[in-house]
Amino acid sequence: MKTAIIQRILLGFVLVIAVIVLNFLLLQAAPGDVVDAMLAEAGGGDPELAAKLRASYGLDQPIYIQLFKYLGRVLAGDLGYSFYYDDSVTALILSHLPTTLMLTLSALVVAVIVGTLFGVYAAIKPRGIFSNFITVFSLFGYATPVFWLGMIVLLVFALHLPWFPAYGIRSIPEPETMIGRALDIINHLVLPVFTLAVLFLANYSRISRASMLDVLGADYIRTARTKGLSEFNIIFKHALKNAALPVVTLAGLQLGQVFSGAVLVETVFSLPGVGPLLYESIVRRDYPVILGVLFGAAATTIVANIITDLIYQKMDPRIQSIT
Amino acid sequence: MKESVVSEAVSPENATFRFEEAAQEPEVKWRETLRIFCNNRMALLGLVIVTTFVFVGIFGPWLFPADPFELIATPLSGPGEYTILGTDYLGRDVFSGIIHGARPTLLIAATATLVTIFIGITLGAVAGFYGGMIDNVLMRITEFFQVLPPLVFSMVIVAVFSTDVLVVILAIAVTTWTTEARLTRAEFLKIKEREYVMSARAMGARNFRLIAKVILPNAMPPLVIAITLRIGVTIIYEAALSFLGLTDPDVITWGKMIGLSRDFFFDAWWTVTFPGVAILLVVLGIALIGDGLNDAFNPKLRGR
Repeated sequence: MKTAIIQRILLGFVLVIAVIVLNFLLLQAAPGDVVDAMLAEAGGGDPELAAKLRASYGLDQPIYIQLFKYLGRVLAGDLGYSFYYDDSVTALILSHLPTTLMLTLSALVVAVIVGTLFGVYAAIKPRGIFSNFITVFSLFGYATPVFWLGMIVLLVFALHLPWFPAYGIRSIPEPETMIGRALDIINHLVLPVFTLAVLFLANYSRISRASMLDVLGADYIRTARTKGLSEFNIIFKHALKNAALPVVTLAGLQLGQVFSGAVLVETVFSLPGVGPLLYESIVRRDYPVILGVLFGAAATTIVANIITDLIYQKMDPRIQSIT
Repeated sequence: MKESVVSEAVSPENATFRFEEAAQEPEVKWRETLRIFCNNRMALLGLVIVTTFVFVGIFGPWLFPADPFELIATPLSGPGEYTILGTDYLGRDVFSGIIHGARPTLLIAATATLVTIFIGITLGAVAGFYGGMIDNVLMRITEFFQVLPPLVFSMVIVAVFSTDVLVVILAIAVTTWTTEARLTRAEFLKIKEREYVMSARAMGARNFRLIAKVILPNAMPPLVIAITLRIGVTIIYEAALSFLGLTDPDVITWGKMIGLSRDFFFDAWWTVTFPGVAILLVVLGIALIGDGLNDAFNPKLRGR
């Protein structure tokens, strides 16, 4: 058990190194280098200055030495420098991260909880109207582009019915009190979280319904019934725990997809998260920022996968290790 | 029925003859599957929707030759004012954009799906069939690609290399093949222990033959469903990249129409709504087909 966890963490570390190497290769493949970006931002410079700068940045050294230096820098938390923003990439990403985290985690939590409950309710009456609704809902969840849904949601709930703000995460001017500010942020997040959550929720309801139907047919549920336990007790104390497993696993595995969705949703709702930062940097071909975001997202996914595995092991003692 | 054929195949006297039969006749009942599928109304509806869009993709530009890039009316005119679905911020016809956008949208998605499943099935089959070291290495590579958020990774690839259509297709395939690889591997691990595979192997079938002719046909049901659903996912995926402007500037796709109208959609809902409905409809059609196939291959699980 312990060795399995250590193995899992070691593997995660190897994956992180691999992502850094991939980043380095992409940085090499990208047109231009740091010095070009610097000179472009400074308005040009002569070749002699460029050569001097390249030497001072170690860009004249053999490629494997550059790779090792890059590895060392990234592992120390230095993702490079953006000459456009005139700031370190790590600081840039960290300053945009809170919005993205709020959006992603709220959406994930809403999708998992509501999705599981929908699935459970549908499984109680597998041929009922609600169960059919889940089927149709999940079809639409699969077929709707998240960025388009965001725009439609904006048209309906911000323009046609002006219930929620259309863009940004804070009102101008900001409310005076702390509680006012918190409520203001929540108010700005309702539509984006709804947009992002509803598509994953559709999928999770279907999966939780299927696993709930499986579990409800199991022997131990029949035992619970013959013991005369109440239906509520059976479903929420006995069945739900096992039926929720596939949903939790899937949510953990889909973190990368949720993040990808968040990038699009943030762009649509003009939230100051990592998504618009990435988008702007791609438009400007600001490669250190682009690759920094890729690295950050991959590293987060690696950590989240390890955590999901641990949760899974806790919830299902039959699973000794997943490698 | 099938069981007896398979077990007889082991007896030496009719070995060569039976080997061909056991190897080439898949245990999957395709005809039965087709019958169930054709009795499924929703699946047929999906087929009709998708066929219609493919038809539009092939013949649309001939039937409606109006150039989607041409400025034909007042900018942001509403549906029915000058043209049936209105015009965008430059006065280009939305309807004509949807018609002319069908071919690139579907073609890019179809090609990207082909590349995706080719990579996925090949790697998954090799990993599942050979096992051991090869499997281990391939699964580590798969894991590596799984931790890179698909859309972000594609965005990076297109930004670093180019917005050429081929790069976009590869950027989609390279980031999404892992699902198919895992699925194929799991099927291969299951099927390679079956009797008919053992007997084919005992009779000296080469590895390539075992992979491509004996195991793969029997691994097809879940793969067919996965591939169908993959096409839909790829359409949405390509639309997202186009929406962000990461696509060939000379090509018009539905996602790009939505992306270009982003700054104007509060004044002109039709510029984003209709291209989105086109995406939604065609992917919904694909989803219905996928569901129908699922029911047809696994009649017992119907309705899950």
